[in-house]
Amino acid sequence: MDLLEYRGKQVLARHGVAQLPGSEATTVDAAVAAAEQIGFPIVIKAQVKSGGRGKAGGIRIAASIDEVREHATSILGMDIRGHTVRELWLQRASEIQSEYYAAVVLDRSAKAPLVMLSTQGGIEIEQVAAEHPEALATLHVDPLVGFHPFHARRLAYEAGVDAGVVRPVGDMLAAIYEAFVREDATLVEINPLVVTPDREVVALDAKVTLDDNAIFRHPDNATLDDDADVDPQEAMARERGLTYVKLDGDIGIFGNGAGLVMSTLDVVAHAGGAPANFLDAGGGAKAEAIVASVEVILSNPNVKAVLFNVFGGITRCDEVARGLIEAYGILQPTVPFVVRLDGTNDVEARSLLADAKLPNVHAEATMDGAAARVVALARGESG
Amino acid sequence: MSILVGEDTRLAVSGLTGREGSYHAINNRRYGTNVVAGVTPGKGAQDVEGVPVFNTFREAVAAADANTAMIFVPPRFAADSILEAEDAGIATIIAITEGIPAHDELMVFNVLKRNPDVRLVGPNCPGVLSPGKANVGIIPAAFFKPGNVGVVSRSGTLTYQIGNELAQSGFGNSTIVGIGGDPVPGSSFVDIIALFEADPETELIVMSGEIGGSAEEEAATFIAEHVSKPVVGYIAGLTAPPGRTMGHAGAIVSGSSGGGQAKIDALEAVGVRVGRTPTQVAAIAVEILRG
Repeated sequence: MDLLEYRGKQVLARHGVAQLPGSEATTVDAAVAAAEQIGFPIVIKAQVKSGGRGKAGGIRIAASIDEVREHATSILGMDIRGHTVRELWLQRASEIQSEYYAAVVLDRSAKAPLVMLSTQGGIEIEQVAAEHPEALATLHVDPLVGFHPFHARRLAYEAGVDAGVVRPVGDMLAAIYEAFVREDATLVEINPLVVTPDREVVALDAKVTLDDNAIFRHPDNATLDDDADVDPQEAMARERGLTYVKLDGDIGIFGNGAGLVMSTLDVVAHAGGAPANFLDAGGGAKAEAIVASVEVILSNPNVKAVLFNVFGGITRCDEVARGLIEAYGILQPTVPFVVRLDGTNDVEARSLLADAKLPNVHAEATMDGAAARVVALARGESG
Repeated sequence: MSILVGEDTRLAVSGLTGREGSYHAINNRRYGTNVVAGVTPGKGAQDVEGVPVFNTFREAVAAADANTAMIFVPPRFAADSILEAEDAGIATIIAITEGIPAHDELMVFNVLKRNPDVRLVGPNCPGVLSPGKANVGIIPAAFFKPGNVGVVSRSGTLTYQIGNELAQSGFGNSTIVGIGGDPVPGSSFVDIIALFEADPETELIVMSGEIGGSAEEEAATFIAEHVSKPVVGYIAGLTAPPGRTMGHAGAIVSGSSGGGQAKIDALEAVGVRVGRTPTQVAAIAVEILRG
């Protein structure tokens, strides 16, 4: 789960990550009220899960109430890389002496948390790593040992931070690491980490990703997810307990198992088509889940044809066929379906479908053949 | 021969008294796997269809001589159960449980790596099948027969798809290993490919990867230096959008890392032939096997 900046900051504040006073707002009036409390100059920041907010004009400084009103009006509702701005974060503007970068990320390859510190903050860290690798100090932490003050000192000296702030920067790293572990985060990134003229070290921005699998340990964090930005089909799928990702194309996809569904998307693309979604009904899907899946797939108005690609292991193909027949009865789809079922009880499934004589449902024997057929049907060819 | 599970497997199942655990464990026993124990705290002295249940893994090892563990308990108990199996001296631990927190997996990995005698497969995996010998997990064994193709995969159903196409061409498997779709798996492609390289029965290795992480790139480096047997590859998720998790917790392209094409390029650069569809993978494997 990726958090909006201000929600990430709320999580980090629990662990002593120093920040500037601020407030969120969803309306222009609320933004003005917040600004009156916080004082001027003030920074108004669009809250969307996307980079490039500054370049898009989503981050502006205001020196007066009038400017707050003007900027809040223009930022709310703005589109930033496909995300509509519905929330603002207002934060007291800070005097900046230096901009640093700090992060803790779960390094899958090393199987350890990776702590990073650089004095080149405020720009993309990939750029720093590529152009000035010496300016990025990194350290893998043994999770059984934890992050200790000497780790922080080593990073601070290696990164070359100003001598006067080695200690507060170290404290900041320790707080970030603490938050990373205690909140079950997979990423905490502070860019920029700001040093003020009076040697305060504060997190000016925050990017926090929490592990969905660990939400049971943090029930409060479940409400941090931002529903406003969720696509309607994805919201619908989530309610029905389905794993669904909306895509740009026009071919609806139903499958079982994440790998096979990813592969199905690729094979459809390989055949010249464009999938409209990823949908994994999971292992052992019953008729009810299949009806719900078809409902979600068809609720996307772009869908011109649907491909069922199932290899039955725990999932029984006859159950999938029954679910599809039931879905047809309830939803009466108008777009063509291509069905390829292999594996557990596939023979029974095929005869069930043959007997049902559903209009515009085409059985195919192979995955590649099914992909070619559904692509042709989506183009309006007879297949 | 085969790898990880076989005729010598003596399986203890954590979660045997649960609905899913008992269903699959009994299925495994029906296939011929020697299921010697269940482990459920508080249910010692019970049995599940004749399989004795113990309160601890230590008891299961002492009384039933268990040497392999299957973990089927819910995510919040799974890390503890894996550590308990290792503490009891079990050498092969196969964790089926999906949804274990990544930080738990990190901790487990770093504890287990201090013990050179233990191997964890999974979590979030379908298990390990050595056709004709033993099945530990949820792989539908009926589709597979003994043979000389070793399969290692991050995905269950995709493995069945490729394995089934090989079977239709008349080829069987030495062992099929699901390493799972999580970000911090206990065993990597490198670990399992090393076992297949050393296994005299395995003549060809199929590795089925997917987007996310760099395990396939690491496998490519390992293959170039250490593997003499032919390897055929597949990568799922080439067309997945960046930043979105595609079903598996580990299947995500983040920024510039984890993309599918880079994995294909890394494998092809070291001479691994990579099929663009599961059907192509099976066809390439068959072509190599038939010489």
